[in-house]
Amino acid sequence: MDAFAALAQGLTVALQPMNLLFALIGVMLGTAVGVLPGIGPALTVALLLPITFKLDPAGSLIMFAGIYYGGMYGGSTTAILINTPGESASLATALEGNKMAKAGRGGPALATAAIGSFVAGTIATIGIVFLAPWLVEIALQFGPEDYFALMCVAFVTVSATFGSSPVRGLTSLFIGLTLGLVGIDKLTGQARLSFGVPELLDGVEITTLAVGLFAVGEALYIASRRNKGEEKIEPVRGSLWMTKEDWKRSWKPWLRGTAFGFPIGALPAGGAEIPTFLSYSTEKRLTKHPEEFGKGAIEGVAGPEAANNASAAGTLVPLLTLGLPTSATAAMMLAGFQQYGLNPGPLLFAERPDLVWGLIASLFIANVMLIILNLPLVGLWVRLLAIPQPWLYAGILVFATMGTIAAKPSAVELTMLGVFGVMGFLMRRFDFPVAPVVVGLILGPMAEQQLRRAMQISLGDPTVLVQSPISATLLGIALIALIAPFALQGLAKFNKSDD
Amino acid sequence: MSTATHRIDRAAMAIAAGLLVIAVVIVWDASSLPSTVYGIGPRAVPILVAGGLVLLAIGNAVLAWRGEFPEREDYDLQAVLLILGGLLALIAIIGLNGGFIPATAVLFAATATAFGRRAILTDFVIGFVLSVLVFLMFSKLLTLSLPMGPIERLL
Repeated sequence: MDAFAALAQGLTVALQPMNLLFALIGVMLGTAVGVLPGIGPALTVALLLPITFKLDPAGSLIMFAGIYYGGMYGGSTTAILINTPGESASLATALEGNKMAKAGRGGPALATAAIGSFVAGTIATIGIVFLAPWLVEIALQFGPEDYFALMCVAFVTVSATFGSSPVRGLTSLFIGLTLGLVGIDKLTGQARLSFGVPELLDGVEITTLAVGLFAVGEALYIASRRNKGEEKIEPVRGSLWMTKEDWKRSWKPWLRGTAFGFPIGALPAGGAEIPTFLSYSTEKRLTKHPEEFGKGAIEGVAGPEAANNASAAGTLVPLLTLGLPTSATAAMMLAGFQQYGLNPGPLLFAERPDLVWGLIASLFIANVMLIILNLPLVGLWVRLLAIPQPWLYAGILVFATMGTIAAKPSAVELTMLGVFGVMGFLMRRFDFPVAPVVVGLILGPMAEQQLRRAMQISLGDPTVLVQSPISATLLGIALIALIAPFALQGLAKFNKSDD
Repeated sequence: MSTATHRIDRAAMAIAAGLLVIAVVIVWDASSLPSTVYGIGPRAVPILVAGGLVLLAIGNAVLAWRGEFPEREDYDLQAVLLILGGLLALIAIIGLNGGFIPATAVLFAATATAFGRRAILTDFVIGFVLSVLVFLMFSKLLTLSLPMGPIERLL
């Protein structure tokens, strides 16, 4: 019952009128920005971070919760109406959702996505309420070597295990780790990789990296390959409401999608692609209308959309209880905490329960607001989709530079924004995943600190890493997760040459 | 994925070389740091990261050698340069104390042009109006400090 008492306390924080207003602003802005084609939830959070600079931590985090869920919801609207998902996790939604919109069933597609997101978000948030205190108990017994090992697991799973190429994924991760080295070493005060540039002593700003990679990089990439097929917005025709039949076909996929999404999101595995595609293939297998799949089956929207939202909520579990971001969006949320000098983890649960539980409670509130607001406002979101591409990307870049200047007004910072933009462009061209760079930058220095703390305690004895059973197990998992994709690749090649 | 015709991907080979260069820079930078007496100092992790980069450079080189990088479409270099030029102009204008509004208006017009618009003056005006709105919202309402120039001081 502890969790409920804590949640009740959180609700009293989240229900204060000012905080309700922050949640509402967050939900509206998050949806508005998330709807824009090419902008995923991570970039939504990064672009909107400056808005929260001058708020108090509680209000800011509550607004963040709204932005997070709003951005997720906006992304699914884009996927359904113009088939350009802002992130790979919306790919499955786009498959069936866009077909439904083309067939004049855009309304029910948006409705099942919205209600499915609500159901999944609510169940997953309840999951957070129950799981978090329990994980905090476990996390309290973690020594620095255990944390280091856990971060190794996250490094490997985020970059290598589930991507299309482990080599490219790991390359992205190591670029992020390299960027994480820049600046003053926290333990000794030595400047690393700063080359005498004073602006580099503070290290690489995570928002500059994320905005450069996601916004500038995406703008460069789209501009470079323009005229390769214009995207078409499907008008929302007919009724917005789901028929009885639609409800009947949706509710099970919502629950199954949630069951896939939340556990996978909560494991430090990162990424919502796996649960969404698992959900998609499951629904395809279980449906009573297999002929509709590929032509706009409502189950194919309901399931993946629920899985996507549940896994997004799931990633908050390692973020809040262990301080471990396992997706680019979670990394941006962590940046939101860090701007107040707050570090999520077991200590924050003990020291600032009002903040943590206020945030969790406002996840419920953001969910309710989304479902009340978004279906009636869908016409407004559709109009945002109609912004011509040149103005859309020009506007995105104006906001991107504004955020960077507001965070750190210097020519060096803007130059870095441009450099990261070119990097993002090249990475897209050569098919390197972008998210591991962001995770590497934010998690790298944390992992180094834990490693060095562990080595200090053991007086420089590296066997400390395998003496703790937790750490040894986790390092073993990391090693298997690292080798598995290479082994499978080799096996596939072996089989192929056998044919 | 592997193709029978072994065509070496030169651009991907350049990426592998770039990773190697980064690794060398990290080691060179780390070697200038003092070593610590016990535990591990600020040197160890950079060297570890550099080691990983060397391995990945080899990995990428192998992929490039086998031609296992994905196919790339040809691209519009002019559009890329226009956007980067807009960013450079923005940095220059802010550096010369021209202020936030004209700088972002130029970036807006350059980006819109890169995306195929052929109405640079109209776009500049649109960008200008947008920048004024952004400035008023963030500088006045949210009290963020944005670069000031002659126009910003009038508002």
